Amino acid sequence: MAERRIRVLVAKPGLDGHDRGAKVVARALRDAGMEVVYTGLRQTPDMIAEAALQEDVDVVGLSILSGAHMTLVPRVLECLKRLELHDVIVVVGGVVPNDEAEALLQQGVKGVFGPGSSTQDVTHFVQQAVLERGERV
Amino acid sequence: MSELRDHDSVVTAQLVAKALSGSRRAIAQVVSLVENGGGAAREVMCSLYPRTGRAQVIGITGSPGTGKSTLVSALAKAYRGRGFTVGVVAVDPTSPFSGGAILGDRIRMRDLSGDPGVFIRSMATRGALGGLAATTSDVVRVLDAVGYQVILIETVGVGQAEVDVVRVAHTVLVVEAPGLGDDIQTLKAGIMEIADVFVVNKADLPGTDAVVSALRAAISLGRGALTYSGHHQLEMPARSNPAASGASDDSWQVPVHEVAALDHVGIDALVETIGAHAAYLHRSGLWQQREKERIESDLTGRLKQLVIQCLMAQLKAGEWETILESIAARELDPQTAAARLMGRLTNA
Repeated sequence: MAERRIRVLVAKPGLDGHDRGAKVVARALRDAGMEVVYTGLRQTPDMIAEAALQEDVDVVGLSILSGAHMTLVPRVLECLKRLELHDVIVVVGGVVPNDEAEALLQQGVKGVFGPGSSTQDVTHFVQQAVLERGERV
Repeated sequence: MSELRDHDSVVTAQLVAKALSGSRRAIAQVVSLVENGGGAAREVMCSLYPRTGRAQVIGITGSPGTGKSTLVSALAKAYRGRGFTVGVVAVDPTSPFSGGAILGDRIRMRDLSGDPGVFIRSMATRGALGGLAATTSDVVRVLDAVGYQVILIETVGVGQAEVDVVRVAHTVLVVEAPGLGDDIQTLKAGIMEIADVFVVNKADLPGTDAVVSALRAAISLGRGALTYSGHHQLEMPARSNPAASGASDDSWQVPVHEVAALDHVGIDALVETIGAHAAYLHRSGLWQQREKERIESDLTGRLKQLVIQCLMAQLKAGEWETILESIAARELDPQTAAARLMGRLTNA
């Protein structure tokens, strides 16, 4: 019997040590039936892309509360591209001003979730995005 | 899943070829195919199986929080230092309620990132209860086939009876840590019996001596608590041991290693011991014997699954429920029901 589960990598790039948000989201995704690879704090963009590759995840969720998202997110996207992970969906959570969120979306991020987002919104968005992307391989 | 369409077969074959040529992306995708089961998984295993059997497979098991992931990371580094490529398969539990899982073993393995000679894959148990996922052995075979020389399997944090790892690994390390219970725990059946090597991790903490001496005492009682004799009566794989079969007087004394994995203390000695255990398995003929036992238990398991699938396919819609209901109503007993259903298979 073939059994397909949505796999998500939840990572915190950079030096910011606030992981409560990432943990809450990881837990919510778990409770929505997904397999969540949680890599913990202080990951470099290279580490994140490599983990996404080895774990063959559908989605990469980046949590950034340091304000460095305009530096870190493009680098993660670049690293993913270098590894030819073109169909991996990237979502970002953190304190991201609207105009910068817009810029990230234009660079290829699928969704940006700021303070006050409900975990339901996040899980629903992820499920929908994976559904729309369709089958891989 | 029904038979694959030709197109999918071609894609699968291409993916396998890419994986064999060393593409890490393809390896990851092949692992997913195997993990998700079905026809594609069968095709993958069919083409990769002849290339398996080369890696040394080491199982790491123990209670939650004993430091298994940290130990795996330290061992992987040590093997890399000796020039081996390393595959890691880390298993964490699936929620029985949501079907989801948090796979957190990578957190302790950050030291390994950036090394192309290491491949780490996290797996969820997806309902299996023996400490591994049902497809863990196949994932190990994929990593073996594509050339990883040492494969470290980390089980879920286990309690006392999750012993599936002996079905997959050549050498099993049971990890203990100070402060988790007294010497009675060392007398109990289950994971204490599957250790080829005991590792007392966090040996820099107080209480280490007590754990070590409890384990040593249990080993010296030996013959009772810590030999493999008696396994044949259990449902778990009969694990051959010369002490049980009398095949050889060159028996393996289960050693106790003190390590502090976080600081890489004691790891080199542990690697030496694992090597010695592998040599012992070869010398005593146990390597082949256990391989045979592993194959037998694997084959029996798969047959059970196929027989059930085959039977289910023969039932008319609703028939299964009707049988369940009559058993619940005490009109039929489970034994008779099973025998009758089996009769239909054999008559078919």
